[in-house]
Amino acid sequence: MILRTLLTLLWLAGMFVSPAQAALDPALVKQLNADDTDQKILAIKQLALTADADTTRVLQALANDALLIDGDRVIRMDGERAYDAVTGQEISPLPETAATLVINNRVRGELATTLAALKLFVPNRDQRLAAAKELEDNADPFFIPILDRALAQERDPEIKDLVAQARALIALKSPDPAKRLAAVKILGESDNPSLKVRLIALTDPAKEPDERVRIAAKTSLRALNARLTLGENIERIFSGLSLGSVLLLAALGLAITYGVMGVINMAHGELLMVGAYATYIVQTLFRHYFPGALDWYVVAAVPVAFFSAALAGIILERTVIRWLYGRPLETLLATWGLSLILIQAARVIFGPQNLAVANPSWMSGGVQLMSNVVLPWNRIIIIGFALFVLALVWVLLNRTRLGLFVRAVTQNRAMAGCVGVPTGRIDTLAFGLGAGIAGLGGVALSQIANVGPDMGQGYIVDSFMVVVLGGVGQLAGAVWAALGLGIASKFLEGWVGAVIAKIVVLAFIIVFIQKRPQGLFALKGRFVEN
Amino acid sequence: MKTDRRIPFVIRFLSATGRRGWIALSVFALVTCVLLPAAHLWLPNGHPLHVSDYVITLGGKVMCYAIVAVAMDLIWGFTGILSLGHGVFFALGGYAFGMYLMRGIGQDGVYHSALPDFMVFLDWKAFPWYWQGTDHFLYAVLLVLVAPALLAFVFGFFAFRSRIKGVYFSIITQALTFAFMLLFFRNETGFGGNNGFTDFKRILGYSITAPQTRVTLFALTALMLMFTLVLGRYLVKSKFGRVLAAIRDAESRVMFLGYNPLWYKLFIWTLSAMLCAVAGALYVPQVGIINPSEMSPANSIELAIWVAVGGRGTLIGPALGAFIVNLSKSWFTVAFPEYWLFFLGLLFVLVTLFLPQGVVGLWQRLRARSGR
Repeated sequence: MILRTLLTLLWLAGMFVSPAQAALDPALVKQLNADDTDQKILAIKQLALTADADTTRVLQALANDALLIDGDRVIRMDGERAYDAVTGQEISPLPETAATLVINNRVRGELATTLAALKLFVPNRDQRLAAAKELEDNADPFFIPILDRALAQERDPEIKDLVAQARALIALKSPDPAKRLAAVKILGESDNPSLKVRLIALTDPAKEPDERVRIAAKTSLRALNARLTLGENIERIFSGLSLGSVLLLAALGLAITYGVMGVINMAHGELLMVGAYATYIVQTLFRHYFPGALDWYVVAAVPVAFFSAALAGIILERTVIRWLYGRPLETLLATWGLSLILIQAARVIFGPQNLAVANPSWMSGGVQLMSNVVLPWNRIIIIGFALFVLALVWVLLNRTRLGLFVRAVTQNRAMAGCVGVPTGRIDTLAFGLGAGIAGLGGVALSQIANVGPDMGQGYIVDSFMVVVLGGVGQLAGAVWAALGLGIASKFLEGWVGAVIAKIVVLAFIIVFIQKRPQGLFALKGRFVEN
Repeated sequence: MKTDRRIPFVIRFLSATGRRGWIALSVFALVTCVLLPAAHLWLPNGHPLHVSDYVITLGGKVMCYAIVAVAMDLIWGFTGILSLGHGVFFALGGYAFGMYLMRGIGQDGVYHSALPDFMVFLDWKAFPWYWQGTDHFLYAVLLVLVAPALLAFVFGFFAFRSRIKGVYFSIITQALTFAFMLLFFRNETGFGGNNGFTDFKRILGYSITAPQTRVTLFALTALMLMFTLVLGRYLVKSKFGRVLAAIRDAESRVMFLGYNPLWYKLFIWTLSAMLCAVAGALYVPQVGIINPSEMSPANSIELAIWVAVGGRGTLIGPALGAFIVNLSKSWFTVAFPEYWLFFLGLLFVLVTLFLPQGVVGLWQRLRARSGR
């Protein structure tokens, strides 16, 4: 202990004096060439304690087989040039007698860990973070002074926590109960799931003799578990939001067409598919003609998908759905037939396999919130995109003339017709709008799910459930229903598994409709059915 | 009405079908119960009039579908309720009877255990409670009738009580069959997972692949189809049937007249589910497999198109529709597999657009025109 303290004091002194050319201890450098492996390792570790740039260079050279030995002198090669390892002076020409300092695998392993510890002092944050993570797994009591110094220097709280953890893990092996107690307490502040096993081991009387440490371990374990649960819940809420936003994108268009015309468009899922395939086509075009701007193909795909899906929707409305007004059940069947045709067409044109639509670079990766919570960028962007589309639809419905007409037809078609709203044209436009929004949903889906002929099939029931839950012609209802369904199903999935969760949600909706047949937000007013 | 009561029920039941109907049914019975079986059993393989295994299996399968179509028509064509989840009742009937057939395998399975292979595979030690007693034929038949009926009754009670109708009801039934499909796909629910029940060996002690057994099942299916048609005719012609039609055309008015549509709808809905279940139970031994894909929503929607092609609101129409669509499916999937979905999709669109009364409606229109 005293030795360690002394050593610590030593480099603190060294740091203050002059870290630049605080020459390496020549004896230690020479010891690197010792015959005994243990001696070599000891030398490496002792050298590492200085933890400055020179040491790192020498040890790195050793790892790269770039350290030569020439009699008593140790020479460090840097490319073609040679330096004296101790003094740093350039040596030229290189003596003929110089030979490579050979190390075995055991030394190499120790060297790698040591170098990782030394990386804690590099300026690059990511490298320091990686080093801190690596140290957690390869803790060695010898590093405690290095870690202490890193703790004193480190400004980044995340890395600081990791280093403190690594230090605590080392201290757990200490024979002194007080140190173990302190270490256990530090571990309780972490959110690393892999520490659970260590803490559980410490609650066992057979492995941990000191009772206070056991009690502290239990407390720490509880704190850790609480934090992990919090992390899981955050993740669930987030994936629920993400699922909800996809459902919202799928359901918004359906809500408009169902609200205006009272028909279920069973081909709605295939309009999502049209949007996704449009995204794929735009990606292919960009790859051929503007490879430099490939990262931005998604932005270009948004309007393309909107208009291609809207066009498809308008064609469907004009050719088929228009002729089936007042016969909602037949419309259901006819649009189902249309969806079969669209699926088979996609299969014939693009092939039955799933197509690769890549995330642009700015959508890959994620935000690390806690050690067990990563929020992927593509999902965050899709949530934002859903909000954007929602805002767009809200403005369209509430601030434009078309929106006014659409709302009028939704509320009372006959009356709207009487006061001069061209209901036929509004139907077509509303259908096109709903289809276009489905196309936008397709762009979003292409970024998180497979693009294939069957991709739309899974969404029709879910998005209709959103419409049913939310109530017809109500944006607010659709939003609450989509998010609620998304979050509820993610939580249920965590508890009972995906399939049971789906069944529970369906059962819930069936029961819900018993109580509120008009949905969460019913349009107020008097009307006679039929 | 008073005179009506004195006539025994059987006579009333049978006389609902007119003379021409009975003639048609007799011809059908002669062909399916006598001529085809005889041609299959006794004419040698090379004989020009020999009926092959393929025809018997396909015919039996399509007749099962026809029963389903008629059952579907009872609630859609005559009551105006479009169910997109009838596949679930068909499959439940199939599963209930399939379990009886599974237990008929006895120790001849791959693992030579009294338990079905899939249970041995999943390391089950005993039958779960819901499969208790399925080794008795009569109990299995009871299960075929009761389990789907119970599901239909409970589901229908809640749905009809809160007056869910139209597309809402359609989508909810679709969700129902979807949920059941997911449930049956699971290995741990005890329904054989993906593979379902298959590899049957015998039924009531007779080998299931023997020509005699096949022909018997074929004839039984034909009889069941005829019974369904006669029953349908009786129901539709009765006062009960007229209330159903009234519910279809103006439900509010029916309520204002003092009827409670709930029980009418519930009765016909449950009956329709039971007929589907019987069709499913007849289907399984003939086709030799039942698996959860029978419950996929797409299958249930296809049932609706059989009815629409044949003609809603007629009884013979849906049966015809089932024959037309399924025979063309067998032909298409062999001749042009790529185009079958195009054809089916077009069929959905064209029939709803141009043939709202189906083939039977077209026939009647043509006859009316030529008669004028």
